[in-house]
Amino acid sequence: MTAASVETIGVPARSSPGRRALKRLGRRRGAMVALGVVVFFIAVAILAGSLAPYDPIATSWSAVRKAPSAVHWFGTDEIGRDVLSRVIFGTRASLLAGVVSVSIALAFGIPIGLAAGYLGGWIDALISRMTDAMLACPFLILAIALAAFLGPSLANAMIAIGISATPIFIRLTRAQVLQVKVEDYVEAARAVGNSHLRIALRHILPNVVPPLIVQATLAIAAAVIAEAALSFLGLGQQPPAPSWGSMLNTAKNYIDNAPWMAIWPGLSIFVLVLSFNLLGDGLRDAFDPRSR
Amino acid sequence: MTHYLVRRVATIVPTLFFVSILIFGLQQLLPGDPALILAGEERDPTVVAYLHQKLHLDQPLPIRYLYWAGGVLTGDLGESVRIQKPVADLIVEKLPVTAELAVLAILIALAIGVSAGIVSAVAKDSVWDYAANVFALWGLSTPNFWLGIMLILFFSVQLGWLPASGYVSPFDDLKANLAAMIMPAFVLGNAIAAVLMRHTRSAMLQVLNADYVRTARAKGLDERVVVLKHALRNALTPVITLGALEFGTLLSGAVLTEQVFTIPGFGKLIVDAVFNRDYAVVQGVVLCTATAYIVLNLIADIAYFLVNPRLRDSHG
Amino acid sequence: MRTTWWSIRALGLIAALAAPLAPAQTLRLGLAEDPDILDPTLARTFVGRIVFSALCDKLFDIDENLNIVPQLATSYQWSADNKALTMKIRPGVTFHDGEKLDAAAVKFNIERHKNMPGSNRRGELAPVTSVDVIDPSTVRLNLSAPFSPLLAQLADRAGMMVSPKAAQAEGDKFGAKPVCSGPFKFVERVAQDRIVLERYSNYWNKGEIHLDRIIYLPIVDATVRLANLKSGQLDFIERMAASDVPQLKSDSRFKIAKVTEIGYQGLTINTGKSDLAQKNPLGRDPRVREALELALDRDGIVQVAMDGEADVGNQWVAPTNGFYAKNLPVPKRDVAKAKQLLQAAGVPSPSFTLMTPTTSDAQKIAQVVQSMAREAGFDVKIQSTEFATSLNMADKGDFEAYVLAWSGRADPDGNLFSFYGCKQPLNYSGYCRQDVEDLLVKSRTSLEPAERKKIYADLATIVLKDRPIIYLFHRHWLWAYSTKVSGLRTIPDGLVRVQGLRMK
Repeated sequence: MTAASVETIGVPARSSPGRRALKRLGRRRGAMVALGVVVFFIAVAILAGSLAPYDPIATSWSAVRKAPSAVHWFGTDEIGRDVLSRVIFGTRASLLAGVVSVSIALAFGIPIGLAAGYLGGWIDALISRMTDAMLACPFLILAIALAAFLGPSLANAMIAIGISATPIFIRLTRAQVLQVKVEDYVEAARAVGNSHLRIALRHILPNVVPPLIVQATLAIAAAVIAEAALSFLGLGQQPPAPSWGSMLNTAKNYIDNAPWMAIWPGLSIFVLVLSFNLLGDGLRDAFDPRSR
Repeated sequence: MTHYLVRRVATIVPTLFFVSILIFGLQQLLPGDPALILAGEERDPTVVAYLHQKLHLDQPLPIRYLYWAGGVLTGDLGESVRIQKPVADLIVEKLPVTAELAVLAILIALAIGVSAGIVSAVAKDSVWDYAANVFALWGLSTPNFWLGIMLILFFSVQLGWLPASGYVSPFDDLKANLAAMIMPAFVLGNAIAAVLMRHTRSAMLQVLNADYVRTARAKGLDERVVVLKHALRNALTPVITLGALEFGTLLSGAVLTEQVFTIPGFGKLIVDAVFNRDYAVVQGVVLCTATAYIVLNLIADIAYFLVNPRLRDSHG
Repeated sequence: MRTTWWSIRALGLIAALAAPLAPAQTLRLGLAEDPDILDPTLARTFVGRIVFSALCDKLFDIDENLNIVPQLATSYQWSADNKALTMKIRPGVTFHDGEKLDAAAVKFNIERHKNMPGSNRRGELAPVTSVDVIDPSTVRLNLSAPFSPLLAQLADRAGMMVSPKAAQAEGDKFGAKPVCSGPFKFVERVAQDRIVLERYSNYWNKGEIHLDRIIYLPIVDATVRLANLKSGQLDFIERMAASDVPQLKSDSRFKIAKVTEIGYQGLTINTGKSDLAQKNPLGRDPRVREALELALDRDGIVQVAMDGEADVGNQWVAPTNGFYAKNLPVPKRDVAKAKQLLQAAGVPSPSFTLMTPTTSDAQKIAQVVQSMAREAGFDVKIQSTEFATSLNMADKGDFEAYVLAWSGRADPDGNLFSFYGCKQPLNYSGYCRQDVEDLLVKSRTSLEPAERKKIYADLATIVLKDRPIIYLFHRHWLWAYSTKVSGLRTIPDGLVRVQGLRMK
């Protein structure tokens, strides 16, 4: 990167920290399995149309709450829809809920955190106090209030979760920026005369990214659960469109007589979220060898 | 050092101010005329008009904020329009319930998290490490309302060991109280066990490789003694402060857990109030919990600061 | 060590002796919601009435056939011009605080219902202009015009009597510690947790009361409520989920009781509340509404959405009700005719948005309606809306169709006037016709049941053709209780009356 390192002869070029981390990740079996599971779910979501045996919103009065059988592998729900098809299509909603919410949180959180950490002064104070205020309110309450405000729908639930998760990323980015700000290469860049924006984007941001990736992965897990929670309260994906959370919400009324309505979406949520959590853990260990 | 402390305490005021604006704004901006749902089934226009006037709904937003904020500063948090009880009374009534739930949840989380963390650190990289990791994580990976209903069906309906819902004050009947609280506390504690486990594990790992522990081993001390007496004691301090900081997560989780188990605590109060547009209740309760959270954070920061001499010096 | 052991045992003994003896007959009743203010004048929810039926007696009550029967009033007499109602008050009745319940107390209460700020009873007692105390046991209500629903109103919260002394002392805080004259008196209330009532020893009808205590426990989730019943923590639950009926039927430890409600579940269509009505063919053209009704198979909806626990209906009262117009029976599904009507109306594939509260029943109904209507060519979009928001939108006319239920009132006027009267608060469809107004007023001023029946038949002919509301069905009230409990009267208003209720 700087002139100094290129001078050393006979030593192979050092791979970037990112590549080294990925290699470490590859050696952790648990995280690799988790990654595989996540990729599997993404594939299911993309190929839902070809994989699902039935139309997920096709009702059938004669097949109400039928137990799993050869015709309906996961059984049918309270108005005769095939649970397997709904679980497959529901993968889209749940993955979207996780990824879009966190993307929103990152899109707002990183720039704001960057500004707070880099610029300091009263901007930092203002942003920090507002972030503290948001963090002081219980996450789910914020999400509920926002979702109720926006109206019950999957899109609004994602916005609500995304906004509620933003303060964490603001805080994290800011903390990282504060650490990196005082590093030598940043001082050097400033000495050379780079503009603030260039320093922020070219030198600080790339070094701030690893913990953000870890947190983002864990946040996706939390967001999938949050979508299920909002659906439980009637604020997430609305029928007839399937999402695991809203399927659980309906299924809770039929646990005694149709447990399969709840088992499959519940299991899917558990496996997906567990995988994201393990992946996030693995990434954290991979990026920070000191924690081992 | 006092300089740092004073600065730190001073940040509470603007933070609380922002909290008040946040929660007030969220509530008042909720769609729909609250008077309509509070007016009951018949939606008698005279009752709707009366509620408009009582809740100052005909006034612009900033004026309504001043009414409320003014009340708060004089100790009047308003009244639940739905059941006509002062919010302060409701808080005093419900706080001990959620607090007990939170404490029990933290204890369970510590039990699960710390033991999983010890196993994981001591048996590093083995299948036990992996299993302990999954064990601690599973609580974070299951929707808590879901887990709650499953537990109720199994332990209450199927086995009849534990009550399905409700709450008995510990002063009336301790055994019944614990019987009613154990399932919800487990559901709640589960979720934060993972965080505690991770920290226990890393703290233990750091300590296990430290010099004085190697010395103890070299001296021939029993491995268990080494682990428990020396390593654990040092690892626990940050873990406990972390438990206090997870208070916010606990409250989030309590919202749905209390709903499912019908525990009359804060969480249930807030959810019902949001759907019933009982503004004063939501605002008052969130302000309270936010204050508690901020104060806990402050105490944790100060404690950490006091414990860590290096930080003390750099802030002078 | 020994001393510790003995002291432990001693403590245990003392604890055992000090433990209070459990009350002999305590009924633990699970409610589906937390009641609101326990003040009959201010009360606004259905679930509060369940508590009131044990706490506060009223002037009259209704029986299984919706007939008016005496409670605090032993008899009544209309004046010749029907503009005054004279009632004889039962002698010897006292309030829970010992105060006498006489004509003066009744006067106080009626005036409180009418004048207290925030009173929800004002509309119910609107025609009452003044109250006269004739003698300590006779009271007369003077009306501005004859009003046939009055007796039914006095058989509900408007007829509930609270102690004047307590009401004056507590003012608007009365609801925190209500003092009434019912079989049980108020002990304590913990919001969202429990309401505890205890037998009132001086109740005038104490022969009929066989319980010592009632504890009402609100448990919102139907699955959890039933789980509590099955695990023995509750003795009685109201509003059991229809889907749980088959399973509980086979459990010999419990009994299920049901009765058809006096309310209804239906689709309210915006025909004139806002300009959305004219923009959408459903709101604009009665033929399109007729096509929608013909596209629906009510039996199918009841079967799938309510697990069979409802009676199909097409009027504001159930087919078994005395005021049902028998000449206008529930139409059968006819998709072919529906398609024909849509062709004639020039809209072969109309589309509209169905605003649906996020409750599970409403969601199921909406989805079934969507699916059935599709076969006739309708494209129904379901718009799930949080209940509080949906009320607001309905009030503003910001909807095309709305899945709405009504809990029902004993007098059919309670299911009609507020919905079809021009500019009435519950008239979300914006329906307004002079002939309907006239008929509504006539039905209120006539006291003759036969005459009222004829008026309602005329009303039905008009309203069922316009279809501002498409009535779907009348739900069953479902109560489940342990076999230890007996003596339940299944009254269509859905309340749990405690007179005659026993526990083994």
